[in-house]
This record gives sequence, C-alpha cells and structure tokens, in this order.
Amino acid sequence: MDTLIIPDKKALFGGFFLIGLSGFGGVLPQAQHQLVQRRQWLSDAEFTELLALGQILPGPNIVNMAVAIGSRFHGARGALLAVAGLLLAPLALILLLATLYQHYQQAPWLQQLLAGLAPAGIGLLLGMVLKLAARLPRHWRPWALAGLTFAAVAVVQLPLWLVLLALAPLAVGLAWRFPQAGH
Amino acid sequence: MLIFLFLMFMQFSLLAVGGANAIVPELHRVVVSELHWMSGQEFAALFALAQAAPGPNVLVVSLVGWKVAGVPGAIVSLIGICLPSSLLSFWVARWWQQARGSRLTTAINSGLAPLTVGLIGAGVAMMAASHPLSLTGGALLACCALLSWRTRLNPLWLLAAGAAAGLGGLV
Repeated sequence: MDTLIIPDKKALFGGFFLIGLSGFGGVLPQAQHQLVQRRQWLSDAEFTELLALGQILPGPNIVNMAVAIGSRFHGARGALLAVAGLLLAPLALILLLATLYQHYQQAPWLQQLLAGLAPAGIGLLLGMVLKLAARLPRHWRPWALAGLTFAAVAVVQLPLWLVLLALAPLAVGLAWRFPQAGH
Repeated sequence: MLIFLFLMFMQFSLLAVGGANAIVPELHRVVVSELHWMSGQEFAALFALAQAAPGPNVLVVSLVGWKVAGVPGAIVSLIGICLPSSLLSFWVARWWQQARGSRLTTAINSGLAPLTVGLIGAGVAMMAASHPLSLTGGALLACCALLSWRTRLNPLWLLAAGAAAGLGGLV
C-alpha cells in the first residue's frame, strides 16, 4: 500500500467541496475517486470500512463519511469543514436549478439531458459496486451475505432498517466467530 | 414553520438507516398525504431534480423545505436532517479510531463489507428498474460501469458523455 496523505484543513474543505460539486446522481463514485485514487487520503480498505460505517449509522451516508473523515484528520472542526464543503455548493446549485426547473420543465432538451445523465449515473454506481465486490474475500460466506442483502432489499423490498437489524448482527457475529475466513 | 421543519427533519435523520434515499417513501407519505404541502407529481419532480443535480441525494430534503419556506426553509431542513446523525457519527468514528485493530472492529469491518456491496447493488437495481431504459441507455450504463470499474477515469467524463448522448437524442 502506498503511503497516504494527511490533508490540512484547507485541503479537507476543498476536497469535499469538489466531491459535492461533481457528484451527479449520487456522490459515492466521485468520493471514491477523489479520496482514494486521486488524493490518497484513504486506502481502498479504509474507504470500504468508512463507507460501511456510514451506511450502518443512520443519516445520509456521505455526510456520515465526511464527519468520520474530517474528524479523523482535524477533530470536530475537521468534521464541520468537511460537511460544509460537501453541502454548500450543491445546496446553492440545487436551489438555483429548482427555480430554473419551474420555468423549463417542459423543454425537450432538458428531458434529453436527464435521459442521458440517468443511465450514466447508474452505471457509475454499478462500477463502484464491482470494485467493492472484487475486494471481498474468495469465500462463500461474504458472497452469500451480499446476495442475501441484495435480495432482501431489491427483490423482496423489505424495509431497510429491518434488513440491517437482521443481517448486520449476523454478519458481524459470523466475522467474529470465523475471523480467518475474511483474510 | 422553520422550527417545525427543523424538528421534523431531526426525526427523519435518525430514521434514515442506510442512507438518505431510505426516507423518501416516508417523506412522501408525510409531505404529500399528511401535510398536503405538494402533490405527488411535484414531489416526484423535486426528487428527480435532486437525483440529477450534483451533490448528495439528501438535498431532496432541502427542496421540500424550499417549497414551503423558501431559502431559510431549505437551510434549516438540511441542518435538521444532518445534525443528529452527524453527532452520532462523530462519536462512533472517534471510538472506532481508538479501538481500531481490535477483534471487535475487525469483525464489524469484515462483516459489514458484504452488506455494503449488497445494499449499493440493490440501490443500482432499484434505480435501473425505475428508469425504463432504451437499448442505447442500457449500453451507456454498461459502458460507464465497465470503464469506472476498470480505469481510473474521473467519473465526470463519463457523465459528460452521458449528457452529450442525451442531448444528441441517442438515448
């Protein structure tokens, strides 16, 4: 693993500013690109770890991640800076867009633009899932858990809190019981 | 009204297990059926806008606030939904950093990784199902997935390609 970089406060704000601004259709693919590949603040494994933590805790995942990453480098102020960086520009932009949208919602070019952005955004997210899945150990247990989670949410469409309440303790319990299977 | 928005979204914050999109059905029920702040159609349009615009999907919440109380409403709603969960994350992250490498955190970490894959995978499947895709749309999706998996290309280029394909009437 390469040595990682510790950002100063300005870089922390700037990094999350960029992530927020460029994350069309969800921020996760851009967050991974910036934090892991481009800036090397986190290793791939740490990113997955923080992402999992952000998902298991209630609240918006990426905001939770920003809090965790910001506070790791610069405590409470770091957390505040990361979240502010993440949300400020997109908030201003979306309010502007909402105003414009009220005027142009029937325009064909807008419909076409959205029609092209949607599959690209979904594809990016799929690419990220593939990256994460490729890191899972070659063992039947994690793959069974991933499949079970997928089926419960996407196929059976159970409420998310129920799925997590049932599967998270099971998954953690199994990993505790069989620590070697994960490595 | 601002205080009402703030308190309402504070409650939503801790309900949003698994991400901001998890509260959308519940938000829809409260805002449309219970409070009659907007029609279902308007809600769907605001949601699509939040999805398409840059930034985290949680911004849909600020659009609801904006709709009923303007810009202050948007700000107050966003702070409301972020505050409780952020405080929780802050304390958990702090503990996590100290306990790192112990058997418990290792187990939590390797145990939750497959759940993350399943959850985001399910999100992809559900989004794909709610967007009826043309053949070219499907091809675009597959290309973007493959390129972002296999290369270190900035995701913005792929989105730009998607936007261009859309504007060119190809999708």
